[in-house]
Amino acid sequence: MKDMTLETLIAVLEEIFGRGLFWAMVAVAAVVTAAYLFVLIRDRHLSARKFLAAQLFMPVGAVAAVLFVQGVTSSGFADIGGPIDWIVLLGVAAMGAIGIAILVYTVQALVAGKSRQAD
Amino acid sequence: MSDLKDFRPSRRGFLGLAGGAAALSLSAPAPARAQAISTKAKIVILGAGAAGTGMANRLVERLEGAEITILDGRKQHWYQPGFTLIASGLKPAGYSVSGTGDWLPKGVKWVEDYAANIDPEAQLVTTQGGEKLAYDYLILATGLSLDWAAIEGFSLDQVGQNGIGAVYAGPDYAEATWRAMDAFTTKGGVGLFGRPATEMKCAGAPLKYTFITDDYLRRKGTRAASQIIYAANNEALFSVPVVNEKVKLLFTKRGFDTRWNHILTGIDAGAKTAYYKIPEKRVLNPDGTVTVTGETTTSIAYDFTNVIPPQRAPKVVRESGLSWADKWVDQGWIEVDQGTLRHLRYPNVFGVGDINGVPKGKTAASVKWQIPVVEDHLVADIAGREGTEVYNGYTSCPMITKIGRAMLIEFDYKNNLTPSFPGVIAPLEELWISWLMKEIALKPTYNAMLRGKA
Repeated sequence: MKDMTLETLIAVLEEIFGRGLFWAMVAVAAVVTAAYLFVLIRDRHLSARKFLAAQLFMPVGAVAAVLFVQGVTSSGFADIGGPIDWIVLLGVAAMGAIGIAILVYTVQALVAGKSRQAD
Repeated sequence: MSDLKDFRPSRRGFLGLAGGAAALSLSAPAPARAQAISTKAKIVILGAGAAGTGMANRLVERLEGAEITILDGRKQHWYQPGFTLIASGLKPAGYSVSGTGDWLPKGVKWVEDYAANIDPEAQLVTTQGGEKLAYDYLILATGLSLDWAAIEGFSLDQVGQNGIGAVYAGPDYAEATWRAMDAFTTKGGVGLFGRPATEMKCAGAPLKYTFITDDYLRRKGTRAASQIIYAANNEALFSVPVVNEKVKLLFTKRGFDTRWNHILTGIDAGAKTAYYKIPEKRVLNPDGTVTVTGETTTSIAYDFTNVIPPQRAPKVVRESGLSWADKWVDQGWIEVDQGTLRHLRYPNVFGVGDINGVPKGKTAASVKWQIPVVEDHLVADIAGREGTEVYNGYTSCPMITKIGRAMLIEFDYKNNLTPSFPGVIAPLEELWISWLMKEIALKPTYNAMLRGKA
């Protein structure tokens, strides 16, 4: 890489997914994040029960993210070759886990509607 | 969980956060770009491949009013780093194909023809159609010619049958090569690989394809009944010594049979035999005498082979007087300064990409590093300054060692390894992350380069 600027990174990501899909994904991620912050502020607390349910989905998100990446790149667990590969694998898993947890929490909160008390 | 209940973000806090995020995205770095320079200069770019297209997009950004003409008769743009993936059955032929015109910026005139004559004295390029293009600056980005005719008995219509492959020949031939390789690895037999004795684009590609074929034999359970032969053109597998040693280790580990000093001269498709020349060899003995072993010929029978022909500058360049007179005389690469990529005898001529007569740098990754150098010196010359950028020979090769793993090898003129991610991605280790980069990130990076963005 010659220079890795934010502009280069965005250009590369646009090329990976296609401009439309990339910005659609950014928009979805932004909407989910905004919705998550919205329910947090609306409810004025983090619901432990919803959070627990969200946590239960984390392994699903982690495994799904790893299998997705392996699927689109024609590779598998046998290709892990060094420490950095484990870090990448765990990073992908962590992103999947956190992503699904936020999504599940937000969906629950939106479906359940406004709650004032801690449940 | 009790402390979580104390987490009470306020509405104002939320608005503040959202506002902050918006401000951040608005203030995202306006790319540091020098103001465009006004000029009436006539710039002709020969070739609209990776180098020519990337160059055109950069120059359009940097120059105001310049008359930029790009000459290329090919309507298809080929993403050549994808050929190995196509020939490995991982991507369809269309993966590497786009339109030349898709990438060219507004403000550049595309002449859909090839050059028939280059006259650096008169500063004139004549097209095959007879159009005359006068220039103030000439950028040679022609790429190179694959000399298939130099392999006696071989023709491109053989590719895909009788165990003959030719990954370099183009996307469709790469796909045909996959059909032949797929059939071969299902049955097993002798897989024969090698490289030409000339300079070549992506010198790692012949090795990659050897590794990948071996991988398929293993996956299909036919490796035990097979033999992999690699016929090296000299006594090395790779020009960078430390990489050469690593590849040798891997070849031993994978059980490849390496033959040295084999230069492919012909193919007998019917008899499935490849013919080689072994050049004369002189060895200095300890007693000071010299033992000379004369040139010999030999042949190797195969069930599958990947033919890679000698590679040279296109004929129009070799006849232009721009080539080195005393180096690569049979190949005709142009005489440029290896740091500035400026022609040593005609300072208004530059080279980008495969055509340059420099010791390394015949890869798309090299082009990415060469473009800013030529851009700098050309724009500086127009502005009446001296350019400062220097190309250090950066060349990169994601050396696939099996489907799913690669070594991200990067080096310069001095054979130093120049890892992009030092301490994170080890260059001489077979890693999944390096494979991920080749699979996912390389084409987007390449496309961004074509658009002048990277």
